[in-house]
Amino acid sequence: MAGNKTILVVGGGISGMTAALEAAEVGYDVVLVERQAYLGGRVAQLFKYFPKLCPPTCGLEINFKRLRSRPNVKVHTLAEVQNISGSPGDFTVTLKINPRYVDDHTATTKDVEDCPVEIPNDFNYQMDKVKAIRLPYEMAYPMNLVADKDALARAKGDSAFQAFAQSCAAKGIKLNLDAQPQTAEIKAASIVWATGWRPYDATKLTKLGYGTCKNVITNVMMERLAAPNGPTAGQIVRPSDGKKVNNLAFVQCAGSRDRNHLPYCSSICCLASLKQATYLREFNPDAQAHIFYIDLRAHGRFEVFYEKVKQDDKILLTKGKIVNITEDPTTKDVILEGEDILSGQKIRRTFDMAVLATGMQPNTSVDKVPASGVTYDEFGFVVSGPGIYSTGVGRRPMDVATCMQDATGVALKAIQDAVGR
Amino acid sequence: MEPKTGLYIDTGYGIGEALDIEALKGVATDEFKPAVCKAESYWSDPDKIEIIKSDIASEGLKAVVIAGSSPRVYQDVFKFDGVITERINLREHVVWCQPPSHEDTQMLAEDYVRMGLTKVTKYQDKPPFTEETVKSILVIGAGAAGLSAALDAANAGYEVFLVEKEAELGGWANKFSKAFTGEPPYDQLVDSPLKSKIDAVKSNAKIKVFASSRVYAISGAPGMFDAVIRPDGPWIDELNHKQDTWLKVQLARQKQAQEGGTAEAQTEEEKAAAGGWAVGEELALDFPHEKVRVGAVVLAAGWRPEDPAKYESLGYGKYPDVITNVQMEELARNGKIKRPSDGKDVNSIAFLECREENSENPFLNNSYVTCLVTLKQAKYLRESNPNGRAYIFYENMRTPGQYEKFYQTMQDDPGVFLSTGRVLGVSGDGAGLAVEVKDSLLGERLKVKVDMVVLATGMIPVTEDSAVVNLRYRQGPFLPKNPYGFNDSHFICFPYETQRTGIYAAGCVKSPMDFQGAESDATGAALKAIQCAELVSRGEAVHPRAGDQSYPELFVTRCTQCKRCTDECPFGAYDEKPDGTPLPNPTRCRRCAICMGSCPERIISFRDHSVDMIGSMIKSVNVPDEYSEKPRVIVFICENDAYPVVDMAGINRLQYSGFVRFVPLRCLGNINLVWIADALSKGIDGIMLIGCKYGDDYQCHFVKGSELANYRVSKVAETLQRLVLESERIQLFQLSIDEYGKLPDMINGFMDTLSQFDPNPYKGF
Repeated sequence: MAGNKTILVVGGGISGMTAALEAAEVGYDVVLVERQAYLGGRVAQLFKYFPKLCPPTCGLEINFKRLRSRPNVKVHTLAEVQNISGSPGDFTVTLKINPRYVDDHTATTKDVEDCPVEIPNDFNYQMDKVKAIRLPYEMAYPMNLVADKDALARAKGDSAFQAFAQSCAAKGIKLNLDAQPQTAEIKAASIVWATGWRPYDATKLTKLGYGTCKNVITNVMMERLAAPNGPTAGQIVRPSDGKKVNNLAFVQCAGSRDRNHLPYCSSICCLASLKQATYLREFNPDAQAHIFYIDLRAHGRFEVFYEKVKQDDKILLTKGKIVNITEDPTTKDVILEGEDILSGQKIRRTFDMAVLATGMQPNTSVDKVPASGVTYDEFGFVVSGPGIYSTGVGRRPMDVATCMQDATGVALKAIQDAVGR
Repeated sequence: MEPKTGLYIDTGYGIGEALDIEALKGVATDEFKPAVCKAESYWSDPDKIEIIKSDIASEGLKAVVIAGSSPRVYQDVFKFDGVITERINLREHVVWCQPPSHEDTQMLAEDYVRMGLTKVTKYQDKPPFTEETVKSILVIGAGAAGLSAALDAANAGYEVFLVEKEAELGGWANKFSKAFTGEPPYDQLVDSPLKSKIDAVKSNAKIKVFASSRVYAISGAPGMFDAVIRPDGPWIDELNHKQDTWLKVQLARQKQAQEGGTAEAQTEEEKAAAGGWAVGEELALDFPHEKVRVGAVVLAAGWRPEDPAKYESLGYGKYPDVITNVQMEELARNGKIKRPSDGKDVNSIAFLECREENSENPFLNNSYVTCLVTLKQAKYLRESNPNGRAYIFYENMRTPGQYEKFYQTMQDDPGVFLSTGRVLGVSGDGAGLAVEVKDSLLGERLKVKVDMVVLATGMIPVTEDSAVVNLRYRQGPFLPKNPYGFNDSHFICFPYETQRTGIYAAGCVKSPMDFQGAESDATGAALKAIQCAELVSRGEAVHPRAGDQSYPELFVTRCTQCKRCTDECPFGAYDEKPDGTPLPNPTRCRRCAICMGSCPERIISFRDHSVDMIGSMIKSVNVPDEYSEKPRVIVFICENDAYPVVDMAGINRLQYSGFVRFVPLRCLGNINLVWIADALSKGIDGIMLIGCKYGDDYQCHFVKGSELANYRVSKVAETLQRLVLESERIQLFQLSIDEYGKLPDMINGFMDTLSQFDPNPYKGF
């Protein structure tokens, strides 16, 4: 629309994409900036959504489809905001845009499967390795390869690598390890900050065995373990020996609601564990899941899901706090200790594997908005900023549908500063 | 061929090596004679795009067909103004899933070229639907949600009509003593949380407020809704009654239809209500009213307290000092809390969770909000009476997000006793009340003596008793409810999309919410309303096909008044004319084309999608004779989920039978049975339909498309019988977008089934 100004959205996860598209479909020009090589953020790494147990990629595909038909959204991946100056209606933003180090024609991982260099796979929370040149995941948007420059530079002298580079060229894929980051300056009337969250660092929960017990994993890792495109192709097996998991424990509030870690409630972990219990039960009908919780926070319509999951007599729920996890040195089974809240009895039980329901920590608690006047609460969530609107988990812990609602509203707040009058 | 077409075959991606490109060009030039037919690698490269553009200019091309990668990539690159652009997927759907240089692979590619070129001959040149529209917004309800929606829409420059049934703006905020805000430091309460918002609404020149009023009727469609606003009065009860009667008759009919048979209306009143809602009925506006034209509607009518009479076992109705949390707010507004029975100071209160015993989901209407209200009211007691003791019994304390801090603050208060436990009963002895609790932290079974009991009753959406929007739609006055009984979307991915286009629910009609939740939800609903008004002004569809400028056109002279389009449209887009033919409302339409599939007379079409177009594509498939041992299968796939599934299978180089030909549809509910008949009578051996999962947790973007497809396919048995063909030749499959790994087995399994039958005897006819 004539006279209207551009809206900048920072963060290409589900919240940022939603804010960008909702504003664009009204008719505004949007610049969407994402740090990763692909859009979708944490949602892209989920196996299913609660409560419908449907694949998140279905929702991402809708948004990608919307993006493809909206030329008024300009997407920058591998990009970061370095500085914001100015005031509402008239911001100047400096972007650093990193290269992909490879040019292709929407190639796939299959096209580069003979790449001799491998790196730890961050998409699968480092549970496996991935080619140093790859499509981030099958549905990645944009559908382009990305290369790990450092890993490839180390292999540059190898003849195997040189042969690979030549085979790439024959397929229309050009490696360009000398590419340099670009700096760009853009003008924006308002800014939506949607940089999302990171799982709380489970190694800080020293008593809960993460990093010391092989078969203690986190809930985000569990999503990848259950996903067909995950490190085990959807097999829910133990990291220590690859054995099918028969007896799985979920430890709720691993760090959340804990004044020494994340004092707030992460809002989604109870539902995530109920959902993950269904993953196990579907994968292995003989298996049993046991959820240890303080309060089962399945509020509103999620209660319907909770009631449904509770019907499964192989999903056990114990109101109890787990305080210690150790490993049987021979079997690598995990031993959980804690207290049953209702009976007051001590808990000491052995499981094949344990999932720590770690909470969501806002990225803004570590990486602040590079602008003046932005305020944060005591936990690092953004409260407000002039012309800068925080949305999604950067604002408060929330589930995916709430993120989309919130981001839709924030799009209107951003429009209020950009409307041409 | 018409229109004048250029075909551009991409030889990159391995296509040039896997296929005989000259032969492919030969099929195109011999059978279709396009004005341009070129083969090169990577037509998406900028210099190649220039070649296409110069061909368009020099040859006067009206259509460009790119045969190469999936249309899911380079959509923005292959875009030529004023020229039809069609994509043929030779990469994901042919060379990445079939053996190279194989006869069957070549035949597959050739068929896709035929289908793609046939398709472009069937496009119609029609402008988008643009009648005069307005962009003003109607907001129903002026509580936390409605005020936010009104103010945020006005602040973006839109005119707003705000209707409130009470004399004052503010809703429940006016009745509450204090409120928690969800703002740092999270454990403080504030007075009058909406005061500044109410003032801002009152002083905003773009907002016109109708207090003590309700919506009498909404007719029309997005961009051109006519809302009749009427001063509140007993008429609302009469209207609700009439609507309930209508609903009762409709539900009875539906039930009967499922069980087979028909339900006749019993009473005169029911007979009167049995017809289509508002069909052919003129509105008699013989009362004071105001009529406004709006582009879209935000429904923010809010909630009413749950009826506490059902908590008799907790002493409600029996003891005057057993009150609800809503009554507690009134008591607290008066300062120091006094007992209703004798006016004495209250020193101890037990707060009890209300578990609706006969309900499957006893806390659905409580959510997290009643937990917070309980903590807040315990704070009222503690702040007004330093010696006051609050006992809170609960099963699960639900204080999500930063509200946990509020809970922690209350836990730290020595006058607040928090305990899990199930309440067995409340008794009274004249002097006070005794609460008996089981499974408590404080002991297995205990009795607590208190001055007063507060029941944490739930919040019921007002739409439970009333349509509120009072639509004058053929499909009735109500917004359809989701499986949870709320008036909103059942989608995780599009939380604002109701089944009535242009009407967006916000706040506690959707779920119990706190002020902050309702306000941000309403801002989102306001955005959607604005967006809807903007999109329809440009002749574009709203979500999920936002931007689609095609719309359904009906050749009504051939209509047989069967009403299937009207009944099956999930969004109530069709009203009915007095002669019984459908009256389309293009701006209500989501462009799913379910109606196109429902029409037995095939009279509904879109400019870029029609029964003739798909039928002609199917007929263009080359069917080898019965001795060739090359069966042919048409696979109808939903373009939203199943199409990406096929692409993902290709990306992973999964291999499957080369005898299948994919035909994408806007939704599986788009399937018209005539295509199946066309295919079978041409000699196609089998038909697969692949769509998304249906049922309670449906994934269909259009609510019931795949379910309808299943229903329709179940009816083709008759056609098959007539043709003397096995019923297993037609099968519907449900597949999620991430289940591409299952696609090869699904297709190959179907081919195995077909191999048990003789070839379709109609080959060659």
